Amino acid sequence: MSVLVYVNSSTGIHKSANEAVTYAKKLGGSVTVITNGGCDAATLASLGKYGADKVLVDRSVNSNDDQQLTRMIATAADSVGATTVVFSHDLTAKAVAPRLSVRMKAGLISGAIDLPSGDGTTKVNVFSGKAFGAVKVNTSKKIISLLPNSIQPEATGSDCAVEDFNGNAGSTNVKVITTKKPEGEIPLPEAELVVSAGRGLKGPENWGIVEDLAKALGAATACSRPVADIGWRPHHEHVGQTGVAIRPNLYIAAGISGAIQHLAGVNGSKVIVVINTDPEAPFFKAADYGIVGDAFKVLPRLTEAVKKFKG
Amino acid sequence: MKILVCISKAPDTTSKIAFTEGNTKFDENGVQYIVNPYDEWYALVRALEIKEALGGNVTIITVGTAADEAVIRKALAIGADDAVRIDADPKDAYYTAVQIAEYAKNNQFDLVLTGKETINYNGSQVGGMIAEALDAPFISVATKLDVNGSNMTLEREIAGGIEVVETGLPAVVSCAKGMAEQRIPNMRGIMAARTKPLQVVAPVSVEDMTSFVSYTMPNAKSACKMIDPSNMDELVELLHNEAKVI
Repeated sequence: MSVLVYVNSSTGIHKSANEAVTYAKKLGGSVTVITNGGCDAATLASLGKYGADKVLVDRSVNSNDDQQLTRMIATAADSVGATTVVFSHDLTAKAVAPRLSVRMKAGLISGAIDLPSGDGTTKVNVFSGKAFGAVKVNTSKKIISLLPNSIQPEATGSDCAVEDFNGNAGSTNVKVITTKKPEGEIPLPEAELVVSAGRGLKGPENWGIVEDLAKALGAATACSRPVADIGWRPHHEHVGQTGVAIRPNLYIAAGISGAIQHLAGVNGSKVIVVINTDPEAPFFKAADYGIVGDAFKVLPRLTEAVKKFKG
Repeated sequence: MKILVCISKAPDTTSKIAFTEGNTKFDENGVQYIVNPYDEWYALVRALEIKEALGGNVTIITVGTAADEAVIRKALAIGADDAVRIDADPKDAYYTAVQIAEYAKNNQFDLVLTGKETINYNGSQVGGMIAEALDAPFISVATKLDVNGSNMTLEREIAGGIEVVETGLPAVVSCAKGMAEQRIPNMRGIMAARTKPLQVVAPVSVEDMTSFVSYTMPNAKSACKMIDPSNMDELVELLHNEAKVI
């Protein structure tokens, strides 16, 4: 069996890429990575540690253009005889994997959270995280788009070969005018630890205590929808049904009541800590640890306790 | 501008999620269906705004059975001009996308809009599949869309940021928050929806590529452990030794 993994290396190699390669390795058979853009060969070679046998890179493709990427990945799949293509289920995968599914006539499993089970089905999140579905692919080829933080990356091998590849990506129909990127932050969907706050914080000027705790833990920061809507925090921090869905190891929520739309974005978290002054807040029902108390007092205390623990 | 808006039914957000027939089917008992929020709030409303500014026509399309006509009428009440129902019980995203692409191809739409995903299957598949079948550009998870002549300017989310892009028509766009604001249908809209054209089209023959074999519910959360707000050392200790997350 030959497995192809698409890796988005435009901002370097992220943990989610190592997860996707580890996943491919566990499927069995040879693992080839296809990527594009300007990432240096030494960085790409590190994917070998997670199980890649070689990395193919098409340096002529420098965009997020879904048509170009689809053609490039299809060419690579043909060239290595891949029967399975693996993506990390990020924004690029959401655009490219469905196209590739039609082009390759390969059934697409979106948002896989585990390896295929013995009966050949793969587990995915459905109903916005309220249930799981077991999906069967009816075609001979398949595409699996893996949710970040679903498996642990395992580095057991060594660097692999990196080869230039011509993916016959063709021309682009989409012209990029500008790109706006916040600098130096952990991408929220990949973060293992997340500290989040809501309207209970009373104003954007009070976010220092949230950021202090996040810094002490090495966590990303997030927020609830109302807080993003009134502009206290940037929109990309909004987790919930209409924002980003995340599944970190630890989600700490302060001053968020836990409306069903918010839970839809965080109920894949392994451990949830809720801090709220209202003992009746619905979020406590979804929490593992609860603190009934004032976030303005509890958060600084927790920050101190974390610092003490970390020495 | 001829705009085709793909809508899907979805259980109301507050619906109880349960399964029947040995956990192989979604239990529809007592479930109220709504128009999938991303399709309605963002795709449909933005389509109506574009039509109001530039003229044209907004058609909604769904792949579904006669039982889904109530949901179609809701979307018509918000302001779409007419509706198409492909008469089939969709099996997977591919089946749905092929049906819609076939209709779009035969009827020459300038723009096809979808929501960024449905709230029941969350697959985010149909838009990209339609685009591939039409060989058209696909702008996914767009938060802004402006039409200028035969071009469009869009903003979309990319890993950790925003990209502003330009592309020509025809194209397929999946719509997310930021694109438009929810509209509540008024009484006139609801009355008018009753008599708006709803065309029923026979499906083309296509094999589904995936199937949901069964469903499971997450393990029930054990009761939340309450911690004294003055004792954060205890929480840190539990997170380290019991939950093993720090």
